[in-house]
Amino acid sequence: MTEIAATQAQRRAALARLFALADWTLARELTEPFAGTAHHVVRGPETGLVMLRGRMGSTGAAFNFGEATATRCSVRLADKTEGHAYVLGRNGELARRMALCDALLQQPEADMAAFDKIAQQMDEAIAARRSAQAAKVAATKVDFFTVVRGDG
Amino acid sequence: MYVAVKGGEKAIAAAHKLLAEERRGDSAIPAISTAQISEQLSLGVDRVMNEGTLYDREWAALAIKQARGDLIEAIFLLRAARTTLSRFGYCEPLDTSAIQAKRRISAAFKDIPGGQVLGPTFDYSHRLLEFELDAPPPAEVAAAAEAVAMPRVLELLGHEGLIEPASASDAAPGDLTEDPLEFPASRDLRLQNLARGDEGYLLALAYSTQRGYGRSHPFAGEIRHGHVEVSFIPEELGFAVTIGEIAITECEMINQFKGSGGVPPQFTRGYGLVFGQCERKAMSMALLDRSLRAGELGEERVAPAQDEEFVLSHSDNVQATGFVEHLKLPHYVDFQSELQLIRRLRKGGEKP
Repeated sequence: MTEIAATQAQRRAALARLFALADWTLARELTEPFAGTAHHVVRGPETGLVMLRGRMGSTGAAFNFGEATATRCSVRLADKTEGHAYVLGRNGELARRMALCDALLQQPEADMAAFDKIAQQMDEAIAARRSAQAAKVAATKVDFFTVVRGDG
Repeated sequence: MYVAVKGGEKAIAAAHKLLAEERRGDSAIPAISTAQISEQLSLGVDRVMNEGTLYDREWAALAIKQARGDLIEAIFLLRAARTTLSRFGYCEPLDTSAIQAKRRISAAFKDIPGGQVLGPTFDYSHRLLEFELDAPPPAEVAAAAEAVAMPRVLELLGHEGLIEPASASDAAPGDLTEDPLEFPASRDLRLQNLARGDEGYLLALAYSTQRGYGRSHPFAGEIRHGHVEVSFIPEELGFAVTIGEIAITECEMINQFKGSGGVPPQFTRGYGLVFGQCERKAMSMALLDRSLRAGELGEERVAPAQDEEFVLSHSDNVQATGFVEHLKLPHYVDFQSELQLIRRLRKGGEKP
């Protein structure tokens, strides 16, 4: 894989991750300017299953422990660029929007600055959500004292 | 022998209409939404997702509502829904060290790097009914909540060689949804079976190991609950992408081991991993994972919880309820034949 291709794969994976973790209302709002781009839906959106895996002792050999619903979609732009999306849950509209953005991101003339801005906004929203929860969790941090028995 | 019974369609349709009315209850009281169930009965939803073996909060909440709160019926509904969907593939194993921890405790070490956080827990509560439950005060917020690393507690023992290493194998794990369980079962299949097993059943068997039916001497080395990202490699892309995050609980038990052959005395591991915050189940699963390793560790199998065929064959509550509850469906012809047999025997003389 060339360096440019690697960078593109990283960009695509990074944007897909943000879509998958961000609040859908925000992701939809931010990507609304792209929604009207002409595209052909090659597949889906269709909902299916993915099998989740854990590791014995959290770091050892893998095992299957349960499935989750997931939705996928593939689209093709007028210039034949294809975009693909997989996301947990059953939101077909989200999968289609993700696939469209995945395709647009690969175009040579893609507006990278616009995508970077969207990515940054989603990233900040996810970080804010996580740190708000972390602050509440941190308030429950505990210090246990051990008391020697039998000295009283 | 099963003989089909015909008729009764009208009565069945009427029974289902009555069921629908009873499910709704008093129409003067507002109906609950699935969103309310998902948010406010979240641990019930977690349980249905685990035993229904499908992570989908909305569907699990709908199943609970449809089943009138009968969780085993809801689990059955979720399993049935699952069969309508095709499989896209297998995810990468979860990296639980990257958990967004909502809870993390150790009962073995008091001071652990990253600290102990209780999170939302029933532990240490007084178990008194709270009559003002609907107006809770807001959660406290810590002033400084910088991200802290939470290294694995069992690794602290691992550095000294006092605990066995986590089982390492790159072999593709077996899948009970693809192939039926055969005995002896490998640990990956045992864990998959336990993960989908009935919580009450796992709890009772785990309890039996503590009461002396199979010795395990466990300590809760570490329990974690929180969200982890799910990574998947779509064949169209060829590289891994995060496709979402799920809530999980994992439990690592530390157990005694006397050593055997060339192996010095060391602690051994039992592992539990479940969806959501089903902590009781994660702990029970870890205890049973360890007790079922009896053969591998050269321990004598003397207790039910060490008998994998017994444990794994009866853990699935959808199978169990199907077989137990089928007894209430018409068995008129079977019973008539038994009745005739008893009558003939009582008359005497005649051979059955």
